[in-house]
Amino acid sequence: MITIKYDGTFEGFLTVVFECYNQKLEPGVILGEGRGQGVLFSESMFVETNLEKGNRVWNGIQKRLPQELNQLPYKLFLSELDDIEMKLFQFLQKLFDSEMDIENDFGDPNTLYLRKLGRKVNFEAMRMLQFVRFQKTRDNIYFATIQPQYDVIPLIINHFKSRFADQYWLIYDLKRDYGIYYDLDKVEEITLNKKQFHPLNGKVHKNILQEKEEEYKTLWKDYFQHINIKERKSLKVQRQHMPRRYWKFLPEVS
Amino acid sequence: MSKPVQEKLKILADAAKYDVSCASSGSNRQNISKGIGSGVACGICHSFTQDGRCISLLKILMSNHCIYDCAYCINRKSNDRPRATFTVEELTSLTINFYRRNYIEGLFLSSGVVKNPDFTMERMMMVAKKLRLEENYNGYIHLKAIPGASEELIRQAGLYADRLSINIEIPTEQQLKKLAPEKDFKGVFVPMGLIRQGIIQNKEERRKFRKAPLFTPAGQSTQLIVGATPESDRQILMLASGLYGKQQLKRVYYSAYLPVNSYDQRLPAIEGPPLLRENRLYQSDWLMRFYKFQANEILNENQPFLDPDVDPKLAYALGNLHLYPVNVNTADYEMILRIPGVGVQSAQRIIMSRRHRKLNSMHLKKIGVVLKRAKYFITCNELPVYTKDLMPERLKHQILLESTNKRRNPLDTQLSLFAGFNQALPAAPKMLKP
Ligand code: SF4
Repeated sequence: MITIKYDGTFEGFLTVVFECYNQKLEPGVILGEGRGQGVLFSESMFVETNLEKGNRVWNGIQKRLPQELNQLPYKLFLSELDDIEMKLFQFLQKLFDSEMDIENDFGDPNTLYLRKLGRKVNFEAMRMLQFVRFQKTRDNIYFATIQPQYDVIPLIINHFKSRFADQYWLIYDLKRDYGIYYDLDKVEEITLNKKQFHPLNGKVHKNILQEKEEEYKTLWKDYFQHINIKERKSLKVQRQHMPRRYWKFLPEVS
Repeated sequence: MSKPVQEKLKILADAAKYDVSCASSGSNRQNISKGIGSGVACGICHSFTQDGRCISLLKILMSNHCIYDCAYCINRKSNDRPRATFTVEELTSLTINFYRRNYIEGLFLSSGVVKNPDFTMERMMMVAKKLRLEENYNGYIHLKAIPGASEELIRQAGLYADRLSINIEIPTEQQLKKLAPEKDFKGVFVPMGLIRQGIIQNKEERRKFRKAPLFTPAGQSTQLIVGATPESDRQILMLASGLYGKQQLKRVYYSAYLPVNSYDQRLPAIEGPPLLRENRLYQSDWLMRFYKFQANEILNENQPFLDPDVDPKLAYALGNLHLYPVNVNTADYEMILRIPGVGVQSAQRIIMSRRHRKLNSMHLKKIGVVLKRAKYFITCNELPVYTKDLMPERLKHQILLESTNKRRNPLDTQLSLFAGFNQALPAAPKMLKP
């Protein structure tokens, strides 16, 4: 059992998987830079990310998983949970070594755990599609801040790109300090050095917003109030579908 | 003369809120020509109001002026209420600006009958047309068709809308006549038939020419008011089943009657809306749409109403104990779906996992089966069989005792929105595309 270190990227992780097969390694811990705690005193090696090797593993995964699950390993990786690499590694080992559809073996604890986690990551991405709120700035950029539980930005790019194809937009992850910017042509990953918003709650200063912005926010709040049916009040259900941790980004409730 | 937009918005949102059919699912409209907007097949809820309901669409009336006087409607002519009417421009601008901020999935436009049905329908159609042709908008549009509007206007509306709907409201014609003397079933079912024809024809055309324009791609839906009139649950479910079958409707919505006009003697005197009954109807509707139940399996002639104590699936199991216990390791999918405590997802997981190993109760529990409930109706290797010597009434009693009063809430239905979610995600991680 050895500890394998890599650069913390998904491609790096796939390279680790490649090397484990290639060099017949038996990892006890797989440790990405900036991801989780190392184990002291254990023997360790560092695997250099190699796109070609990573791709070979990825293609192998694509061949073995059915289409509706072919993104699962990537989504699990985005959960950023401690030890997700080892769990994923064990899953991939089974996937490569078995002829069966092991991804559907819900009787296997690790598989069940990962399938459930996959749903949670999906869910969090869905919540971004629901709860992102843009504000229009004076530079004509529709700007939103988010703080997702998992690193789901890569999963929401396509949705926003195709839906808001004719407006500039920027979605920024406060927790991970990076965002995606769309310039009417392509989406780019960016990090802002000079921030025009509050680093914790994402509140933007009024004078960088367009004049009309407050007006639309008010209209939206009014609508929210007036579409509610008082006789059916059910705050529990409201919070169940829209947990409190998203509220600070929602003008209608903050 | 005209009120400011903010005033109108408040009045017309207030007036629209009793219409429950706020779903934006079923349309996969692509963003053509790099305009704004797209439909997502599963629909997206953008917010939840204090009553726990989903805001997906900007659900609003174009006008709450109405020439009719339906007893159950808050906007009826004889009510003294603030009234307002949006212009076509105001509505398009509101929709676009809300949409661009990701507040909404699209527009759900209904209206009182201003002047006459054609006048009203034409303006509603104009809103949709302007959004599509001038604003280049590809988001969701749901229009209420106005009963009595001309065939041509309904056809045009269908060209720009994703979904058209006509509310039946009252489940039998006799009762409808009583509460809404100006309306009849013909005014509802003729346009419903027209839309159905239009959809079928359009599917044909699109098979031949892929470029043929869409016609209400998300189909049509309707709403029934529950509890304003004396119809039984069985009558309502049979009607719904016919609407899903013959009329090919996509959704039927049930709305617990809110006593908005309690002064009207034709209406029953009730304290509050019959929410539990509404919930049981939705659960039954689910059984028909996702659990392969027939309406007359849920309720038969001797049993016109749903049991308020237990959900309809449990009620079915208790009424058909001879079909249980079900062996989870061998039974077919249909029967596994009929085990109380097993949802669609658990049923699928059972079918897939049992190819790998024989399932025991631990597996079932981890898979997501609610064993507390299911245990009476299944056998797997080691579970003792409970049902053998229990009478239905005793069994029901026992299950009710065991289940804490964590009644599932009426809005559970919305979780289905996440079912088709994968489509909204990208095809592959960016960096790994060849
Ligand atoms: S026609 Fe519609 S808006 Fe007018 S009173 Fe009847 S239900 Fe209300």
